[in-house]
Formats: sequence, C-alpha cells, structure tokens
Amino acid sequence: MSYTVQFINLLAAILLLISFAMLSQRRILSLINLFAWQGLVLSVSTFVVAYSTAQQHLYFSAALTLLLKVLVLPWLLHRLIRKLNVRWDVETLINIPATMLAGIALVIFAFNLAAPISQLAEGITRGLIGIALASVLLSLLMMLTRRKAVTQVVGFLAMENGLFFAATSATHGMPLVVELGIALDVLVATFIFGIFFFQIRETFDSLDITHMEKLKDD
Amino acid sequence: MIDLQLLALLLTPLLGGGLLAVFGSRRWAAELNALMSFLTFAASVALTLRVVEAGPQVAFGEQFFIDQFNVFLVALTAFIAFTTSLFSRPYMRVEQDHGRLSTPMLHLYYSMYQLFTFAMLVALSANNMGIVWVAMEAATLTTVLLVSLYRTPASLEAAWKYFILCGVGIALALFGTILLYFAAERVLGQGGTALLWTHLNEVKGELEPTVLKLAFIFLLVGYGTKIGLVPLHSWLPDAHAEGPTPVSAVLSGLLLNVALCAVMRSKVLVDGSLGTHFAGNLMMGFGLLSVVVAALFLSRQKDIKRMFAYSSIEHMGLITFAFGMGGKVATFAALLHMTVHSLTKSAIFFAVGHAVQKAGTQQMDNIRGMLQISPTVGWGLMLGTFAILGMPPFGVFASEFLIITTAMHDYPWTTPILLIALGMAFAAIFGKVQPMVFGETTAKPLPHPPALLPVFAHLLLVLILGLYMPPYLADWYRQAAALLG
Repeated sequence: MSYTVQFINLLAAILLLISFAMLSQRRILSLINLFAWQGLVLSVSTFVVAYSTAQQHLYFSAALTLLLKVLVLPWLLHRLIRKLNVRWDVETLINIPATMLAGIALVIFAFNLAAPISQLAEGITRGLIGIALASVLLSLLMMLTRRKAVTQVVGFLAMENGLFFAATSATHGMPLVVELGIALDVLVATFIFGIFFFQIRETFDSLDITHMEKLKDD
Repeated sequence: MIDLQLLALLLTPLLGGGLLAVFGSRRWAAELNALMSFLTFAASVALTLRVVEAGPQVAFGEQFFIDQFNVFLVALTAFIAFTTSLFSRPYMRVEQDHGRLSTPMLHLYYSMYQLFTFAMLVALSANNMGIVWVAMEAATLTTVLLVSLYRTPASLEAAWKYFILCGVGIALALFGTILLYFAAERVLGQGGTALLWTHLNEVKGELEPTVLKLAFIFLLVGYGTKIGLVPLHSWLPDAHAEGPTPVSAVLSGLLLNVALCAVMRSKVLVDGSLGTHFAGNLMMGFGLLSVVVAALFLSRQKDIKRMFAYSSIEHMGLITFAFGMGGKVATFAALLHMTVHSLTKSAIFFAVGHAVQKAGTQQMDNIRGMLQISPTVGWGLMLGTFAILGMPPFGVFASEFLIITTAMHDYPWTTPILLIALGMAFAAIFGKVQPMVFGETTAKPLPHPPALLPVFAHLLLVLILGLYMPPYLADWYRQAAALLG
C-alpha cells in the first residue's frame, strides 16, 4: 500500500469521525465549524486523488470544494446565525448514546450495502464508497434527530459532502458540468434556506421546527 | 437545426424568467407571463413536429436528447404551463384584491413560474443523467418559495417539509446517479460520455448488474419522493393544499411526470443490464401501495385541494404500476394515463381555484352550490371530477381500462386490489364534490371574471382522447412505448 492510499484512507476515517462528532454536537456554532472542517478534509482528499490519478479536472473540483464548502457556505451560515441571533444556541438532544449506537448500526449497514461495489472498484479508492455512504446516512440521521431549522440545514449540507466524497472516491469525480451544476444548486439552496429562516422566525418567533408539525391528516 | 429548435424551447422560459425578474411588478406582468409561456409552447410544437418527422435526435454535443417519449412530455408540459399561465392571470388578480398577495410576491411568482418551466424542460430533454439531477433539484428550488408564497404558518410548514423531504430524496437520487456513473465508467471509460443516456443505452447489457440494482433502488426512492410515491409522499398534500392554486396545478400536472420520466430512463438501463423484472417489480410494489393508501386517505379529507392532491398520488401510483408491469400495452396505457391525468388534474385545480375564491374557504363543508353562482365553474368541477374518476367517455376511462385489463391478464391478483381502491376513490370524491356543485349557495361573485377556457379546453382534449384517438397520435404513443420496452 502506497502512502497516498494510506493518506486517503486516513482522510476518509477523519471524515467519518467528523460525521459522528456532528451527530452529537449540541452547539450550533461548533456544528458549523465542524461542517467547515469536513469540507476541508473533502477538499484535501479530492486533491490527493487528483494528484495520484493525474486527473486534471479533479484539481478544479478540489478548488471548488475549498471555495464553496470551506469558505462560502460556512461564512454564509455564520452570517445567518449572527443575524438571527442564535449564535450561542444550544440544542437539547435527547439520548446521545442511543443516537450514537444507531449511527454505528448505520455504518455497518452502509459497509454491507457497499461491499459488492467495493469489490469492483479498482485502484486507490477501493472501499471508500462504504465510508461515503455511511457519512451520507449519518447526516440523514442527524437531520431526523434535530429540531432546529439551522441544524437541519447543516445536516442537509453535510449529506451533500458525503455524496461528493462518494463521487470522488468511487468514480474519480463526475463530469465537470455536472459538478458545477450541483455546486450551483447547493449554493442557491443555502440562500433559499436563509430566506426561510427569516420567514420562519417572523411567523413563529423561533427557529424551532416543533412549531411546524400542525399539518396532519386526522 | 435541432440545436436551434431546442435552444428556442429552453431559452424562451429562461428569458421569460429574466424579463419577469425585472418587470414582474408591472401591471402587464401576467400578460407577459402568458406570452412567454405561449412562445415556449409554440417552440415545443415545432420541436415535436421535427421529432415526429425525423426520429430521435441528439443536440448540443449530445448533452440533450429528444425522442418520442420525452418530446411528448415536453409538449404536454409546455401546453399545460401555457394554459396555467392563462388561468393564473385572473386568479392571481383576485388574490391580490383579497389582500392575500402583495405586488412583490406576485413579482416573485411570475419570475419563478418561468424558471420552473425552464427547469422542467431541461430535466425532460437532458441526455446527461447528471444534468437531469441538477434540473430536478432546480425545479424544487424554484417552487419551494412559491409554496410558501402566502407566508401563512401552514404554508411555511408545507414549504419547509417540501424542501427538506425532496432535498433528502433528491440527494439519494444523486447517490444513485453516482453509482450509475461508477458502473458506466468501467465500460465507457472516464470522461463525459459515461453519463449520457444514449451511450448508456447502447452498452446497457454490459453494465455491472449488482451496481445497477443498487443504483436503481436509490434512483427510485430519490425521484420517487418527487413523484409522491407512498411512503415518501407526505410533502405532497401539504404543498398542494397550502400553495397558490396555479402552483398546485403545475406541481400535480407536470412536476410529478418529470420525475417519473427520470425513473423510466433509469428503468430502461436497469432492465437491459439485469435482464430480469427487478425494476418492474419494485415499481409495481410502490405503485400499488400508493394507489391503496391514497384511496384510504381520500375519504378522510376536509380540504378540497388536499383531497385532489391525494387523488394525484393515487393516479401517479397507477401510472408507476402500469410502467412497472411493462410490455407494449401497459406502457402505452401508462403514457396515455400520464397525458389525461395531467390535463384533467390541472383542469380540476383551475375550477377548484375559482370555486375556493368564490366560497372564500378550502373547507369542503363550506363550499356549496357552485352551479347556482357560476354554472361554468360548477360544471367545470363536476365534469373534471367525472373525468378523473374514470367515467366513460373520458380518456381516463380508456387508460384505466387498459391498465386493469393488462393487470388482469399478467398479474391477476392485483386486479381486485386496484378495483376496490378505484371504487373507494370514486365513492369518496364523488360524494364530496356533488354537494359542492349542486344545492343552495352562499358564495359571492368575484371582481375579475374567471378564465375557464383552459378548464374546458383540457376536458375537451381528455374527452376526445377517450372517444377517438387519431392514428398518428396512437402511433406516436406506440413508438414511445417501444422505446421504453
């Protein structure tokens, strides 16, 4: 095993670790910082894959990740929580140990699901697709367990990170036009989420989505 | 030539979005919106004639692809987008007079309406499965602020649910697309062509079955969220009930079809790779479940738009089921049902919109005697209901009849389930619409005359499709069905 492979595996492990940290992080501010770190890890791993496979367009997507997921999106989120005055908010999470156990179960499930695919993968990125799927599912779990609008959105964006990792690790990146399209969608989505935060707070006087569980079929 | 025609089709709504972003507050914004939608429709007709004449074509360095299957959806989408823009002109004015909408909100509405049309047309005509995904996400993004247009607590909740659920769903579809690319890369090599559907279709027999199986599950669950398949449907009734009625009409009549088109494209690839009925079985399962659950929920609805939203879930389930059965007849029936459902359901939403404005409420118990206050709205609602419930001679009857007879032949055990569900839907909807149309009224007349031409134009088309299908149209459906296998 060469050094690059070991390095990418290390980065993948860190990515998974950050996903778990996000799952249990209660402070909104720290959550956004974790999200930025996750983006950084993603960007570095894309860069390493680009270097070791000599895929030119991956350098570009590494730079795009750095710009969008480490700089622009965290900056936007920081700005939003400052304006919304929820910077120091702490979310009450019920039963963190149970959530963590569920997370571990999800990781095992993801590895099993990805096992037949990993066997087909060639070269340096073999086996990483399981980790990518695991971090997607962990972000999904995070969205399910959260009751604040901002943290749900961070979960949504973290899920996008996991998907991006899947794209670079399994396939050496999607075609550039697709990657640009996805980046644009994510950026626009974040803006719209921002608009929503203000609308929600104006209407409900809080960003708790527990106020928004009225529409049901009786 | 095809490049230019496709460019005209796609650029018109994009340009419309830009123009209305600037002029959306003017008095004539509604007319501009209708004009741009008409031009888009004209471009779609030109494109359709071209494809009927010359067969499937690729455009723009193979990034776009038009064949008999998607050109029919393109024409349908552009047509209903145009008629909905006609309907929304008086409807939105009344909403403004009632003080429910302000000028900036209308500005947003007109601009987003055009961009939404653009996103749907790109999603339909893109050859690159990655671009299909990007356009589907864009279609969600353009409509999410429209669902919350009224800024009421309920509409905000509906829009948030729509955004989060469809966001998660579509993320899973992206994972499916990545897996598809992973399988394709091994056959087609790295680079641009490995996501192009036409190339994938040529080598579908060589794609790795285990990967494609997993990819299809993710794609079906992901895009299925947008189709409104049970159990991923919970955003749909809320978004339809709380958004403005023109938005409900295009969501129900068009967006669901576009998502289904993406699923069908994936199904063709998976079938070719696996050589089994795996994808079809999954779709039949989801479809049947949707029909049954929607039929159960129909009778419990109190809100008129919510009820017809559940009816959309039921019909999309039926179409998914028919596509899942596969074979020439079932696919033909599914395509026909897609057409007639879109036409009928948008017509119903137009009539419902006017009825709700007259009665001042969406609660069905308080809407009474529409026939007395406005015979056209009343008959529009009644005939639309007859059509959607599959009464002969409307086209829905023909397609449902074909679907059920095919099911009887290929999968007999599903027939009683389908028939009971359709019967329950009939009892629920008819029982509720009948007192709304007949009897004494409490409703008031409106300041702007309603635009009922679209309602009757749609219903007339559905009637014609039920009575007599022109041979060239039947041929066209048959060709599209042959493409889907």
